[in-house]
Amino acid sequence: MSATEHASAPVVPLWQPAQVPSPTPSKIDPPEGEDLITVNFGPNHPSTHGVLRLIVTLDGEVVVGLDADIGYVHTGFEKNFEQKTYWKGIPYAPRMDYLAFFANELAYVGAVERLIEIEVPERAQWIRTLFAELNRIHSHLIFLGTSGVELGAISLFFYCLRERDRVLDLFEMVTGVRMHDRYPQFGGVAEDLPRGFYAEAKRFCHDVPLRIDEYLDLVAGNSVWRDRYRGIGTIDAATAIAMGLSGPNLRASGVPFDLRRAEPYLAYDKMDFDIVTGERGDAFDRLMCRTKEMYESVKIIDQCLEGMPSGPVMADDRKHVLPPRHELQTSMESLIHHFKLVTEGFRVKANQIYYTVESPRGEFGCFLVSDGGPKPWRIHFRAPSFVSLQSTAMMAVNRYIADLIVVVGSLDGVMGEADR
Amino acid sequence: MSPVTDNLKGFSVTFRHLFRKPVTQQFPEYKRPVYPRFRGRHRLHRHENGLEKCVGCSLCAAACPADCIRVVAAENTPEERYSPGERYARIYEINMSRCIFCGYCELACPFDAITLGHDYELAEMSRDALVYTKQMLLEPGPEARRTPVAPVDPYDIPAQEDGPA
Ligand code: SF4
Ligand code: SF4
Repeated sequence: MSATEHASAPVVPLWQPAQVPSPTPSKIDPPEGEDLITVNFGPNHPSTHGVLRLIVTLDGEVVVGLDADIGYVHTGFEKNFEQKTYWKGIPYAPRMDYLAFFANELAYVGAVERLIEIEVPERAQWIRTLFAELNRIHSHLIFLGTSGVELGAISLFFYCLRERDRVLDLFEMVTGVRMHDRYPQFGGVAEDLPRGFYAEAKRFCHDVPLRIDEYLDLVAGNSVWRDRYRGIGTIDAATAIAMGLSGPNLRASGVPFDLRRAEPYLAYDKMDFDIVTGERGDAFDRLMCRTKEMYESVKIIDQCLEGMPSGPVMADDRKHVLPPRHELQTSMESLIHHFKLVTEGFRVKANQIYYTVESPRGEFGCFLVSDGGPKPWRIHFRAPSFVSLQSTAMMAVNRYIADLIVVVGSLDGVMGEADR
Repeated sequence: MSPVTDNLKGFSVTFRHLFRKPVTQQFPEYKRPVYPRFRGRHRLHRHENGLEKCVGCSLCAAACPADCIRVVAAENTPEERYSPGERYARIYEINMSRCIFCGYCELACPFDAITLGHDYELAEMSRDALVYTKQMLLEPGPEARRTPVAPVDPYDIPAQEDGPA
């Protein structure tokens, strides 16, 4: 946000303890009662988006107590990073939040790049911006599709996956795999765009807004959708900030906070796009926020394609970047650098950094501590799903159990990222 | 807008889809060509004279983030020569059930001995069968040659060789 936008944003206190249930926001104890039953909702339930376990206390059909429990896909990512050299950590990053893989990589790569103070060429920045937005569309499409499945509507899911496949095709063409691409490397991106990319991406930018129009026709006016989503899981701006929500969940409550504007990274300061906000902060606004954000992402992709600067895609830094392949046959020095970088990695001087990107789910941050060695001493990720899922209890209590599904779905948590 | 017209708008979307061509691809019968950069089953390569390019330096094993490559090197002798260098890979194994297809081995190999091919149909009935030996990687069987690939131009040639994208 620029200074002027700050002024127009609602002035809200940063912390209002009274609105956050204590001691654990993700838990609301049920009242004493005779006819209450406590059931496990998940961890293996199709509508919990992975393996979220909700311990629900019910009075008839109404949720009166709720405890959101996580940790079922904890795979020790952060610890794994500590066992690998910095370079070998890159393929690990996208596997946390498997829907926002590119944003995860950007956070990790960006953090390391700031520690080693490497200059990323202009073109690489633009390519990264382009793919970050493609990735946002990918993630939001899955969200929109599954939100239909939760209500028992399967068509929207198929329509969304159809477009998602086109995003993945673009990823495959450029990066070599459909997800988990390790495309951003320290100092730039792994390869330049292929020649055919422009035309295909242009076609994508032309088609996808038309498709989003269709989704909105299906969803926005649909009375079932409205009845199920309107007024469910409402959270006002002050509470949303106090609970640490970010991304579309926060913007749906009317707070125009977007890291792409607030702290522009990559090439976002050169892009012209709007920040989509909601008004009421309910599940419907969150749904709409994400859907309309896809229009903005397409706008950014289009600008990237049109304004893409030419030049190298990789920094010329022999201490941290693998030398170009053709030099391996001709230059002994390059070969030695190559051996050293692959086997031992580069050393990073003792320092620490916190670097954030706007992932489709909100503020995704990477906190990295280096002790001077070739491996991170400690790495921690701020996972937006982890933070947003703690508002589940507040949003769902005293509502019907069916609304609980809508609440969990509308927060768009990815358990792989929450548990890491 | 009334709920009735709004709902009809939604129905018109699903109705229009009746007349669109399905996008489904009948997978085992039809295989969409993968893009040339696609990373699939690994290949080990030979020089034109038949010697193996791999010299058993283990750099790929060092680069592998999943630790799934095992290389045991041995000395070439005049009687038994496998590679042009001093040493060759006596054992070269990739555990495909661990591989994450990151392509770091390809990046790491200084001699272009290992590359990632395009084949993705790697399912097996037992885990043991997923540990690929040097022989399997040097001479992939007929099952590994069925993947169609899209043309290299325009899908692999960098955009900037003839001006900006
Ligand atoms: S592709 Fe990656 S995980 Fe697979 S063998 Fe090569 S380096 Fe290891
Ligand atoms: S494949 Fe390449 S990197 Fe691996 S051992 Fe052989 S020569 Fe070395």
